Amino acid sequence: MSKQVMTYAEGINLAMHQCMTLSDDVICYGLGVDDPKAIFGTTAGLVEKFGSSRVFDMPTAENGMLGVGVGAAINGLKPVMVHQRLDFFLLAMDQLVNSAAKWFYMFGEQQSVPLTIRLMLGRGWGQGPTHSQNLQAWFAHIPGLKVVMPSTPNDAKGMLAASIFDPNPVVFIEHRWLHHQEGEVDLSIEYFEPLDKAKVIRHGDDITIIALSYQVVEARRAAKALAENGIDAEIIDLRAIQPIDWETVTTSIRRTGRLLAVDTGMTTCSVSSEIVSTISEACFDNLKCAPKRLAMKDMPEPTSYGLTRGLYHGAFEIAKLVHEMVKGKDSEQLYSELKVNGNHDVPGDWFKGPF
Amino acid sequence: MNTQLSSLDYLAIYKMMQLIRQTELGIAERYPKGQMRCPTHLSVGQECTPAVLSKLLTHQDLAVSTHRSHAHYLAKGGDLNAMLAEIYGKETGCSKGRGGSMHLIDQSVGFKGSTAIVGNTIPIGVGLALAKKIKQEQGIAVVFLGDGATEEGVFYESANFAAVQSLPVLFVCENNLYSVYSSLDVRQPKGRGIAELSSSLGLASFTADGNNVLSSHTALSSAILHIKQGKGPALVELSTYRWLEHCGPHYDNDIGYRTEQEFLAWKDRDPISCFESELLFSVLATQTQLEEIQIQVQKQVKSAFTFAEQSPFPDYKVQDQNVFARSGL
Repeated sequence: MSKQVMTYAEGINLAMHQCMTLSDDVICYGLGVDDPKAIFGTTAGLVEKFGSSRVFDMPTAENGMLGVGVGAAINGLKPVMVHQRLDFFLLAMDQLVNSAAKWFYMFGEQQSVPLTIRLMLGRGWGQGPTHSQNLQAWFAHIPGLKVVMPSTPNDAKGMLAASIFDPNPVVFIEHRWLHHQEGEVDLSIEYFEPLDKAKVIRHGDDITIIALSYQVVEARRAAKALAENGIDAEIIDLRAIQPIDWETVTTSIRRTGRLLAVDTGMTTCSVSSEIVSTISEACFDNLKCAPKRLAMKDMPEPTSYGLTRGLYHGAFEIAKLVHEMVKGKDSEQLYSELKVNGNHDVPGDWFKGPF
Repeated sequence: MNTQLSSLDYLAIYKMMQLIRQTELGIAERYPKGQMRCPTHLSVGQECTPAVLSKLLTHQDLAVSTHRSHAHYLAKGGDLNAMLAEIYGKETGCSKGRGGSMHLIDQSVGFKGSTAIVGNTIPIGVGLALAKKIKQEQGIAVVFLGDGATEEGVFYESANFAAVQSLPVLFVCENNLYSVYSSLDVRQPKGRGIAELSSSLGLASFTADGNNVLSSHTALSSAILHIKQGKGPALVELSTYRWLEHCGPHYDNDIGYRTEQEFLAWKDRDPISCFESELLFSVLATQTQLEEIQIQVQKQVKSAFTFAEQSPFPDYKVQDQNVFARSGL
């Protein structure tokens, strides 16, 4: 089984090529899928290889075009619809909630809707109130939708392929700060990662950190620094937020007795809220301290570089909070090397926007 | 009357009109008993358009529809027993009781589903047509919609895309003048017809008297021919009138949003009695033939109600199962 190091965006691109090769029923459309930038490279080469009837740009009509995807899916195709920013996809809620999510149940299990919706979200670079929303919890609230947020290139590839060939509608969420991340990827053409399994990516005994999407990257950094200070953190990459893999989550927390849920979304009614409430119900007797959430403040994200200072949380905030939960004391100075060194609004100084 | 239609075609259209009318009146009669426990939108007065389409479409053609879809489902060939059982919430219903009156489906005849949100199935019908084009399948997609749905943004979005991609889709717009209690006058500018609007969006557009079989047939068959010749999507606007309240079994001319006089004027243009007169006048059918059809339909409808009433409810213990599909269907 050959593997290769590539970026998250390249992993997605490889999955698209392989899936479109595996089945003529797979089509790919969205604003810009065939333009020179090819959705951050994720759709590069598709139109050249598979033709403009299967890979096409579309009118600026999010709701109508999602409905078209539902119709195409119930008539035998496996559409992959792409949105460069989640915020625009809010125009498509009728088709997502009333059509895609309901069709299979509502018509007595006669017709499934094999549809994949790729949504990109992010933070920073002045994306501001309407270009940076992390609304994964909305989608997870709708029965009938599968919702995944892979964090590694390998999971991005394997879970996108699994989403495309899943009979249900899948909301596939990519964080913009992950597209450049590198990792080893399984090159097999039929490589599928499950859509309902979390993954323990670091074993530890003192606390369970449950992270999703880009926060997995930050949690890894935090765990390394925590280890140097005698705290052994277990990290679970949630990967799927609907359905959540409660077995993996509860097994870990029953052992560690502590929970920190790290989210990219706003706090109230978030995925991290769901984890804390379910764990409080299921593992109350195992908990050594109150479970915590680390999520965004309940406020619109401002645009100004000056105003977003201190808004985002990362490895430093995670490590500081974990230290307090495990050792019960202030530890700020122990983790100061994790603080953002330089610009707080980019994943690295190489990032020059505009998105 | 029309060289494209044989005497048998006329009788088939008549029978379909009777089937729709008697089914809807049968629901209206029984609804107050409280056994059909879901919002139900009847098509009494609007039988002509679906009945004409029942002669023009085959099972290769796929259709989607709206909250008021009983007539469309039946005209596409949908199973009557399964429809009534669905409205009664029974296991034998076409959606196994999960959907009710507003969520009908009969895939065996190409009726791909009706849904409750105004305009919701318009893009879905366009998607059916897109898949047909990509897979090079025979047949067209048919989208049933009302006048209110043309006010939704998604109508514009869908018509636009259908025109851009030249998709084989027919929009059948039954204009019954009211969106619930809101008349067309307060919803759309005077002097701008729906067909005119759709024509400017790039759809080949036709208008017809939706209570008249010949007028409807001429417009719908022209539109279908246009699509089958590969010339792109089309819309037909058919004027008609619903006799009963928006949702439910009663007449509601007394509550003040429309007048008894207006209703009576439309009732004079009852599509069924007008068609009967034309058939008898043109000697295409005898009174006896028409009565025989009525009796056949009466028996069919009565037996379907018995089937629905006697069918079991689904088991509530499995109410939360099958939210997700395990394998593709």
